[in-house]
Amino acid sequence: MTFELNILSNHTNCGDSGGCGDSGCGGSSCGSSLEGELLSSLVEGEGGCGEGPDVSSRRQFLKKASTIAFGTFTLTVLPMSVAPQSAGENALGGSLSDASKEVLYGFLVDTNKCVGTGKCLSACRVENDVPEGYARTWVERFVHYKDGTLQVDLVPETGYAGSDLPAIDPELVDRAYFAPKLCNQCADAPCNQVCPVHAAFTSPEGIELVDSERCIGCAYCVQACPYGVRFINPETSNADKCTWCYHRITKNEQPACVEACPVGARVFGRLDDPESEVSKRLATIPTSVLKEHLGTHPKLHYVGKSGEVI
Amino acid sequence: MSDPSFVFPNDLHVPWSIMIVLYPYITGLVAGAFVVSALYHVFHQEVLKPVARLALVTALCFCTFATLPLLLHLHHPERAFNIMITPSTTSAMSGFGIIYSFYMLLLIVEVWLVFRPEIVERANSKTGLQGRIYRLLALGNREVTATSHAADEWLIRVLAIVGIPAACVLHGYVGFLFGGVKANPWWSTALMPIIFLASAIVSGIAALIVLYLFISWRRRTPPDITCLRAMSHYLWISLVIAVSLEMLEMLHMAYESGAEWHVLSTLITEHLAVSYGLIQVLIGSLIPFLLLPMAIRPSRSPRGMMWMSGFASMLVLVQVFAMRWNVVVGGQLFSKSFRGFVEFPLHIGGREGLIAAAVIMILPLLGLWVASKVLPLWETDSIVSST
Repeated sequence: MTFELNILSNHTNCGDSGGCGDSGCGGSSCGSSLEGELLSSLVEGEGGCGEGPDVSSRRQFLKKASTIAFGTFTLTVLPMSVAPQSAGENALGGSLSDASKEVLYGFLVDTNKCVGTGKCLSACRVENDVPEGYARTWVERFVHYKDGTLQVDLVPETGYAGSDLPAIDPELVDRAYFAPKLCNQCADAPCNQVCPVHAAFTSPEGIELVDSERCIGCAYCVQACPYGVRFINPETSNADKCTWCYHRITKNEQPACVEACPVGARVFGRLDDPESEVSKRLATIPTSVLKEHLGTHPKLHYVGKSGEVI
Repeated sequence: MSDPSFVFPNDLHVPWSIMIVLYPYITGLVAGAFVVSALYHVFHQEVLKPVARLALVTALCFCTFATLPLLLHLHHPERAFNIMITPSTTSAMSGFGIIYSFYMLLLIVEVWLVFRPEIVERANSKTGLQGRIYRLLALGNREVTATSHAADEWLIRVLAIVGIPAACVLHGYVGFLFGGVKANPWWSTALMPIIFLASAIVSGIAALIVLYLFISWRRRTPPDITCLRAMSHYLWISLVIAVSLEMLEMLHMAYESGAEWHVLSTLITEHLAVSYGLIQVLIGSLIPFLLLPMAIRPSRSPRGMMWMSGFASMLVLVQVFAMRWNVVVGGQLFSKSFRGFVEFPLHIGGREGLIAAAVIMILPLLGLWVASKVLPLWETDSIVSST
């Protein structure tokens, strides 16, 4: 969470000017013309008020008052409403070689490879300080029995081997596989759309993040996420979620879960690099996404996923 | 294929508590009560004159406390004003600040204008603390002339006209908050704002009937039977519309039997069997639907009508609360895995517990009691000095 605080510590409202700092700069450089109009209307307003309380001066007063109100709104509220995106761009400019260019990352989960070791789960919890009882990532086990029944279980962090999960009996089971889950980093993220205060925002790399200094903890994003990925962190009282280890990937490291996976079931990389493994595999093998009908356009893709994985 | 029970790990924590049930319930009462006052002020339903002032002040009192459940729910209440300072234009919820503030302001101004003649009269006649309060409320304006009274009346009508769509937006917006969540098939329907709005009107009228009967009983003054009959009539019509919409939505979901119907049908028949089937449909909808036409029969004695209307109205209030409960709580009882259900944690104490909820519901009524001491809810004779 610390990196999220750092990203947004330099709030600016002036797009690329970068010099407005924390002060909510509606003023100095980005709104100078509006401010000028406002000031001139104020000056005119003072003159008009001296003419006496007749109808025309009242009308003039109302006209000017509304101009001032509109001007104030334009100078204060509107710039703030676009602040996070600008803030993210500026703050990240230093860490990326070309912040203005959108860098897209992709994630691939290969359900054919996952064997349910649970190492990704414990690595995530340690790396991101995830509170007990909540999950930024988890692994589901799907078991199709010969009698037509389907059993879905949650793989414990200690892994499938040695856990309480019923063993797979080839006599009874047609097929079984594991499906790791994490944030889908939707291109059209409902969680981002519904956040009323811009606490949910998209980094220039297309990663959905939470501004822990803005979040009001309304949990609307938790409701809006179709994948059950978000939660209210009981320790911070903020919305929390998987960030694909944003603090690592922006330093050209792999997400903790990817690094921990012993079988290469999780593949992460740059989509704008045709030589990356994720790009190559997405180009050459059939993949699918979760709940495609919702139009969220996830950047998390699955290999070997059946329709029952939702 | 069977339906395996499996819940996503984060879905075990239900994010929205009973406070989010109270919020639409309270705003619904506000919108409904305002509509009753508007029927008098805008549509000249003179028959509603005895309750027009009560309706307006009731709307104001409930609106005053409408944000309290939200504040108690927010995990960062100290940042609550972010919703007004840095609103996100893509979020339906960000409209809250503007919609609520506008409506609250409208209500305050309208209440002040409606009661201005009495406030001014008392500011001039009362002394001591009372006099000071009324002089403060008069805002320095110590005279009501026939011209100014006419201007007030005109403005009241304008505000009432503006207030009708504002009330619809205030409450329709709450329905939209739920209807716009595509992740949740129990909520995601374009009908949701309309359903919320219709039930809001129902709850407002029912609350006014109960309040009117209760206050009349406390004042030892018989209620205006014509007014009560008209309100009961409006309540019945609104109830038919609201319940038809609710049933239409349910029928539509069942008939379509979409991908998630298997989980929704289990939700209705098992997890909401009491709150939906028994309370919302049978007790809260069916009984008032049958009772109200009987209550307003011309041959019905005033006493009989009072009892029947009052009882039906109380059931309707329960129905609307159950509807809010079933929407808010019901939508969180199933996991987004659509394979399992969770328990709704209902605490007695705490910030989001039952006691806090009860206090929130009592506060507007206390506010109404205080308002009735300051504002003459029942003195309808205007005090206008001739010029």
